[in-house]
Amino acid sequence: MSEASMLNAVLFLPALGILLLLATPKQREDWMRGLSLGVMLAQLALAAWLYLQFDGSLPGLQFETRLPWIEAWGVHYHVGLDGLNILLVLLTAFLGPLVVAGAFSAIDKDVKLFYAMLFFIQFAMIGTFLAQDLFLFYVFWETMLIPMFLLIGIWGGERRIYATLKFVLYTAFGSILMLAAVIYMVYSLYTTTGITSFAFADLYGSRLPVDVQTLLLAAFALSFAIKVPIVPFHTWLPDAHVEAPTAGSVILAGVLLKMGTYGFIKLGFPMFPDATLVLTPLIMVLAVVSIIYGACLALVQDDIKKIIAYSSISHLGYVMLGLVSYDLLAVQGAIMQMVSHGLISGGLFLMVGMIYERCHSRDLAAYGGLAKLLPVYSVFLMILALASVGLPTTSGFTGEFLVLIGAFNAAWPLHGVGVSWPLWLVCLAVVGVVLGALYMLRLVQHMLFGEVKAPHQPITDLGLREKLILGAIVVAVFAMGLFPNSFLQKTEVAARDYQQWVLPQSADEDEP
Amino acid sequence: MTNLLTLIVVLPLAGFLLNGLLGNRLGNRFVSVVGCGLPILSFILTVQGFLLLQAAGGVPIVETAFTWALIGGYSFEISFYFDRLSAVMGLIVTGVGSLIHLYSMGYMKGDGSYARYFSYLNLFLFFMLMLVLGRSLLVLFVGWEGVGLASYLLIGFWFQDIDKAVAGKKAFITNRIGDAGFLLGMFVLYSAIGTLEMDEVNAAFSGDALPLVSASLVGILLFIGATGKSAQIPLHVWLPDAMAGPTPVSALIHAATMVTAGVYMVARLSGLYLQAPEASEVIAVIGVLTAFFAASIAVVQTDIKKVLAYSTISQLGFMFLAAGVGAYGVAVFHLYTHAFFKACLFLGAGSVIHALGGEQDIRKMGGLARRIPVTFVTFAVATAAIAGLPPLAGFFSKDEILWFALASDFGGSMWLFGLAALTALMTAFYMFRLLWLTFFGASRMDAHTESHVHESPLSMTGVLVVLAVLSAIGGFLALPHFLEPVLPLPGTHEEMHFLHTWLLAGSTVIALAGLAGAAWFYSGDASRAARVRERFQSLHRLLDGKYFVDEAYENFIGKPLVWLSDRVFLRTGDRVLIDGSLHGLTDLARRGAGLLGRVQTGSLHQYAWLVLAGIVVILAWSWRHV
Repeated sequence: MSEASMLNAVLFLPALGILLLLATPKQREDWMRGLSLGVMLAQLALAAWLYLQFDGSLPGLQFETRLPWIEAWGVHYHVGLDGLNILLVLLTAFLGPLVVAGAFSAIDKDVKLFYAMLFFIQFAMIGTFLAQDLFLFYVFWETMLIPMFLLIGIWGGERRIYATLKFVLYTAFGSILMLAAVIYMVYSLYTTTGITSFAFADLYGSRLPVDVQTLLLAAFALSFAIKVPIVPFHTWLPDAHVEAPTAGSVILAGVLLKMGTYGFIKLGFPMFPDATLVLTPLIMVLAVVSIIYGACLALVQDDIKKIIAYSSISHLGYVMLGLVSYDLLAVQGAIMQMVSHGLISGGLFLMVGMIYERCHSRDLAAYGGLAKLLPVYSVFLMILALASVGLPTTSGFTGEFLVLIGAFNAAWPLHGVGVSWPLWLVCLAVVGVVLGALYMLRLVQHMLFGEVKAPHQPITDLGLREKLILGAIVVAVFAMGLFPNSFLQKTEVAARDYQQWVLPQSADEDEP
Repeated sequence: MTNLLTLIVVLPLAGFLLNGLLGNRLGNRFVSVVGCGLPILSFILTVQGFLLLQAAGGVPIVETAFTWALIGGYSFEISFYFDRLSAVMGLIVTGVGSLIHLYSMGYMKGDGSYARYFSYLNLFLFFMLMLVLGRSLLVLFVGWEGVGLASYLLIGFWFQDIDKAVAGKKAFITNRIGDAGFLLGMFVLYSAIGTLEMDEVNAAFSGDALPLVSASLVGILLFIGATGKSAQIPLHVWLPDAMAGPTPVSALIHAATMVTAGVYMVARLSGLYLQAPEASEVIAVIGVLTAFFAASIAVVQTDIKKVLAYSTISQLGFMFLAAGVGAYGVAVFHLYTHAFFKACLFLGAGSVIHALGGEQDIRKMGGLARRIPVTFVTFAVATAAIAGLPPLAGFFSKDEILWFALASDFGGSMWLFGLAALTALMTAFYMFRLLWLTFFGASRMDAHTESHVHESPLSMTGVLVVLAVLSAIGGFLALPHFLEPVLPLPGTHEEMHFLHTWLLAGSTVIALAGLAGAAWFYSGDASRAARVRERFQSLHRLLDGKYFVDEAYENFIGKPLVWLSDRVFLRTGDRVLIDGSLHGLTDLARRGAGLLGRVQTGSLHQYAWLVLAGIVVILAWSWRHV
């Protein structure tokens, strides 16, 4: 097999998984589970192999496939790995088997359909990350909505219909505007150059007038901002999380939200560099507002899932702050933070699922003293909570620290020439570090400490399957916290290219 | 050996992992051997490093473990730096640390979470060594936050008592507030001079061409971190609550080592602070105010550990006072003597609590001197040392601080000296008060407690004796002189030199006055103290209430934050403004559809009228626009 076909294999393995599931006898749920896990693990193995083979020192795409799809429109099936998507693909493939294994005990309704939907989502997500053609990207981006809609709508909680409608309407609203912008983009490319193409490479660095660019970017940005989500486009997230089954929450927080931030760095900003600079102040303000606002809201929630949901808003605020700082440290930090948040919040949602399976409650006040009752569970929860707080040696620190130091580094010279607001914004973002500790330790204290309290007793501590799932996540969290360099070396060239697209003059100014 | 420093740091980490993962299965003997053995090994290696350093004439040993991140040509290295200052700190941390590990074997015997305790303690040591041996601010910060974590875990060690867990959380959050300032300080340094390596930072600020950034800005931001870690005003509130942890933890983390990290950091960056007179002034003022303020609270406390906690805050204030007037070597000297006598006091208090089956209220003690003699003698020596009686360790270091507070040409002044001297008097008073109420006079214990009083096992008393001896003779080591190549002492005002000898006599008088005062107030039935309390009731309430700082923070920061989050952000922002307008939009769409739907009646008659109306409107519009 050629190397490029390995990448296609990563993308299409989930589709194969669906076919295999269809062939599985209806009553053999254990087969379905084993099969799903096997396919996901195979995908992870392939993705890991690609990751190791990926040469971070080369610019551009690797393992590229480009085939004509709709020739009249210049649409291509064009996929490839680069520094921006490689870690996200790896993250998606990494969470896949964990989500599948996590659902072994949680899902016993329509098992076949459930795993098929997981594969469907997996396919669409990896496709979105790999796509190098705007048409293909849009197809994957929209496709992803369908299985997610079903996942929440079928296996969700009591208010699942409200939540799933809210989720879909929010996202669909953004998508319509994006579609309009896509059509405009391609049409204007045709009228100015005579080329019909959806290739990212052709669309980057638009030369349209700034006001038109700004409108187009706004359309893209709205769609991405809803996904991230950036305040004030976030209210779908807590509802979706609360009603979604564990697997849905993990995918949502772990990967789906990153499609928004990835959209910005891969598409929105490089396509419209002039408009990006116009909108930078607004996005920066909203990023910092998200950090603070999300953290404050997490502080006053009583539903465990909502705390983690709002914390996601806060943590992705750091990603956005890093992306619009255009400092190499900050951009690298933002990429780290995306992956780190995927691991940590994915792990936390899995843990909420585990306790929910045992006690059927997500009410923070219903729990207490679990450290006595479930020591192993408590150790994992503590580690993930501290990682979420951004304690050094965990991935959370790597992301937050690099974003903040980079953003500060970018704002400092501006302060020197009299433009002080970016510096103040970064200082405000640092306050988020304190708030993060407040809500996370509140969660930990209520759940783990004090007198033993649980809605359903006796309860058993984690089993081997659960230990392995969480163990894998914790190892990854520490690997990224202690030795981030190997990851950073894969993404540096791409981060630099991104910086080039938006701020061409900044190339020589990285050196402090 | 090329990775000596890495080994010193990593050994306790190994202890943490071994005990954390296997301790419960392999039994307490395994836990003790690993938990105490590895720190002792670290200590031995630190001694070896120290000898190497001396043999090399004080040239720092630098060792790079690995590259944490390499971005855009800037490399964040995990590297260690061993000069005289970090050697002294390393020796204190591993030395006192090992002693307290040994003591813990006796103190924690029989606790159900013995393995967990030792693994946390080793984890602390790992991060603390990272902090003192780190070459860059990043490594220091990793240790800085890491010791905070260990402190959090150990304060809340008996987590089933929710108050203890809450105390741990408070410590972590308060420290985090300081850390936010610390981070900003790092960011400014990185942005302005492009490095986080502390030796390079010092060099940058001692060269001829000073960096284009205010050293005081950086200095104050970093000092905000120090106020958190070292419990200085305004972030001191967590330390008294931290006494909820096991007593050896209070001795190690909340007296001898972790809380001195702020002092160490300032000394480590003395090159920067020497160029930051405003920041130094802030440090000196905060230091002396904290010293005074905490000592005044200690005077009325009735919990043996709380007295010691406020005493620690106060003594840390003394160290910052010294650092603020440029006498960094003296600050470290007091840090060093304080490590001995305060560890001895805390462990002695632990021995008392152990003997009384958990009682901490000194009003229910008394007359223990004969019952637990080793504890008493060691406690008394350490009390005399902290009070500053010659020739004990505290006498020398405190005297030097007072001298430089008065005479330093880097910000020494009469009023700093005056307040510090007054605080020294209060220190002697509250310490002898504590000694008196605990060990002298008639017993105030209930019969049950009384019958169980016993001296602690050898593993505990042995450590007490070692620390008491060190508290007695430790002051003879001329540490400031030894550190002078790294931390030069400030010049002193010529015209004050004649006062130097008088000051020696003066400090002795201060200590004796405190002793006499405590003896006078608390001898007999302590009725004199009670009368004074009656007389100055409101003052007593103010001190007893710790100046109500906690309450103020709760009312002016805690509650408003929750109110803002809940009322404004959640109820108004999310629910009314955002979701409200979304639901409004869907409602509008639904109603609009309902209204328009009514037009679809199917009656041709009506459609014809509508068409006609439409034509009229279009015509009217065209008429206007033609």
